[in-house]
Amino acid sequence: MANAFAFVESRGGELRRVGLEAVTAARQLADGTGGGDVHALVIGAPGIATKAEMIAAHGADVVEVVEHPGLALYSPEVVAATAAARIGAGTYRAAFFSASAQGRDLAPRVAAKLGVALGADVTAFETSGDAIVVRHPVNTGKVIATLTITGTPVLVSLRPGAVTATRAPRTARTETIAPAMDPGSARVVPTELLAGNTAKLDLGEAPVIVSGGRGLRAPENFKLVEDLASAFGNAAVGATRAVTDDGWRPHTDQIGQTGRLVSPDLYVACGISGAIQHLAGMRTSKTIVAINKDREAPIFKIADYGVVGDVLEVLPVLTDAVRKAKHSH
Amino acid sequence: MKMAVCIKRAADMETRFKIAANGTSVDETGVKFDIADFDGFAVEAALQLKEKDGAGEVTVVSLGPDTVQETLRKALSMGADKAVHLKADAVPADALAIARVLAAELKGGGYDLVLFGRMAIDAANQSVGPMTAELLGVPCVSAASQLTIANGRGTARRELEGAAELLEFPLPAVVTIDEGIARPRLPSLKGIMAAKKKPLEVKPSQVGESRVKITKMELPPERTGGRIIGEGPAAVPELVRLLQTEAKVL
Ligand SMILES: Cc1cc2nc3c(=O)[nH]c(=O)nc-3n(C[C@H](O)[C@H](O)[C@H](O)COP(=O)(O)OP(=O)(O)OC[C@H]3O[C@@H](n4cnc5c(N)ncnc54)[C@H](O)[C@@H]3O)c2cc1C
Ligand SMILES: Nc1ncnc2c1ncn2[C@@H]1O[C@H](COP(=O)(O)O)[C@@H](O)[C@H]1O
Repeated sequence: MANAFAFVESRGGELRRVGLEAVTAARQLADGTGGGDVHALVIGAPGIATKAEMIAAHGADVVEVVEHPGLALYSPEVVAATAAARIGAGTYRAAFFSASAQGRDLAPRVAAKLGVALGADVTAFETSGDAIVVRHPVNTGKVIATLTITGTPVLVSLRPGAVTATRAPRTARTETIAPAMDPGSARVVPTELLAGNTAKLDLGEAPVIVSGGRGLRAPENFKLVEDLASAFGNAAVGATRAVTDDGWRPHTDQIGQTGRLVSPDLYVACGISGAIQHLAGMRTSKTIVAINKDREAPIFKIADYGVVGDVLEVLPVLTDAVRKAKHSH
Repeated sequence: MKMAVCIKRAADMETRFKIAANGTSVDETGVKFDIADFDGFAVEAALQLKEKDGAGEVTVVSLGPDTVQETLRKALSMGADKAVHLKADAVPADALAIARVLAAELKGGGYDLVLFGRMAIDAANQSVGPMTAELLGVPCVSAASQLTIANGRGTARRELEGAAELLEFPLPAVVTIDEGIARPRLPSLKGIMAAKKKPLEVKPSQVGESRVKITKMELPPERTGGRIIGEGPAAVPELVRLLQTEAKVL
């Protein structure tokens, strides 16, 4: 019987899906060892307590809530100090974080404060004797490492999607807790959240990604990529570095070795050559479609379905066909 | 401004990796090594800050076996002033064990700013920077895609999933560098010559217990791609059929 801890990520007063994935992971670990308690911590501005029910529904026995007007934005020092204090106050076999932009900032801080090991960007985990064994892609996903991590607790940051958030309702107790330090005394001060288009699906979460490269010829032709994405309805738009460098698309859309790592169910590469640095970010996609006018383009070597042709001609026809297929369901 | 940049020697990611006979590491035969991608961005960011100020000093630090000296020389040839080689048989898999060695070296060094890469391109933990900052007890912003320093304070931008955030902090501080800040310059011939005369101090270092052990390394399953289904718009019906019936994603 082992207890597990989950840090539930939120942004702008809303829980993030990865936050619930952490709760599910903690529940899985506790159940897998014969059923310990899951404590879940959520931190935010007043109002975040209303999310306790949702967290309990994913398997938390105790929801620890920290509400403070100074915590509307993620404040790294306050959240790290509070998470370390809460984890230190219990006996946990493992504490789960998300390997998201926020979680990858937070988890190492907490690990250093507690003096414990962190398994970062984990795609699978299991307990094994006194250790936690995790899988972690290294060398841009070209090699998969299995790591055996000892000590208590072991901290784990989970790659988004590694675990599917699953309902496992508990009658949870809610505890209201004060932040471990006064948000006003933090040295690193978050001043602004520049919200992107919230209606837009994030690259890390979208089941389908339509991505464009220099083969689109001009920034305005990205409209064709966006049209295909909206025909799918559940798609996000990505890009290559060639295109983000030229300012056709924001840097945040870049997929690859030095951009985002994604593994959607479907990746549609439009006018992308398939440079090794681009493949590093998307080669784990379940199905890959490539449209390129050059039959020799390296992208075809890893594509499940290749279409040799001009993207400017193929995309409108494909968009139309996808829209029709979606409507016939 | 007195700056330090922690850099790691990493394999060229264009390598077709093979697993070594021990099953727990990558076969290094014939593999090219260089400054890890993001660490190159961090060196460049430090050099640009120094050039903008017209004064300052950049020290590069690397933990590992003697081979890291080549990586340190590369940074010196880009324009860093000094190098410190923290000598150890191997780089541990435990990010906290690395951070402890780096923090022991950086503590008392009087650095206004310590830069790291967002993540080591090989180990991909994205952990050593924030951990080192905690151990040093200084403010830290991780994965900065923009960084401005003025009057002893810093402003940084971090990219989030579909959003971004701005943060402010006082120096001394640790910042880890994402792509977007700076592309590393290529060393000039003059830089390469000058690097040979720059100080590179070797310090034997004690790596503590590593609680992370690599018990296996493997290659992911090969993709079985390479199927061209047709040409031009005429291939679309077949593509849609395959997406519906075979891939089941539509
Ligand atoms: C250290 C480092 C890190 C990098 N990190 C990344 C990264 O994270 N992400 C990334 O993407 N890149 C990265 N790169 C850059 C990478 O090497 C490539 O330069 C880049 O991916 C190429 O982008 P592209 O495919 O859009 O352009 P190109 O390579 O120019 O390819 C354009 C393709 O479009 C095709 N084409 C042209 N016109 C048409 C048409 N009308 N219809 C159909 N097809 C057409 C061409 O046949 C060609 O294959 C990195 C490079 C380095 C050195
Ligand atoms: N052996 C090392 N020597 C010096 N710096 C390192 C070493 N390992 C990691 N770092 C630094 O820590 C950053 C993050 O590494 P990681 O947490 O392993 O992804 C790297 O980008 C480097 O700046």
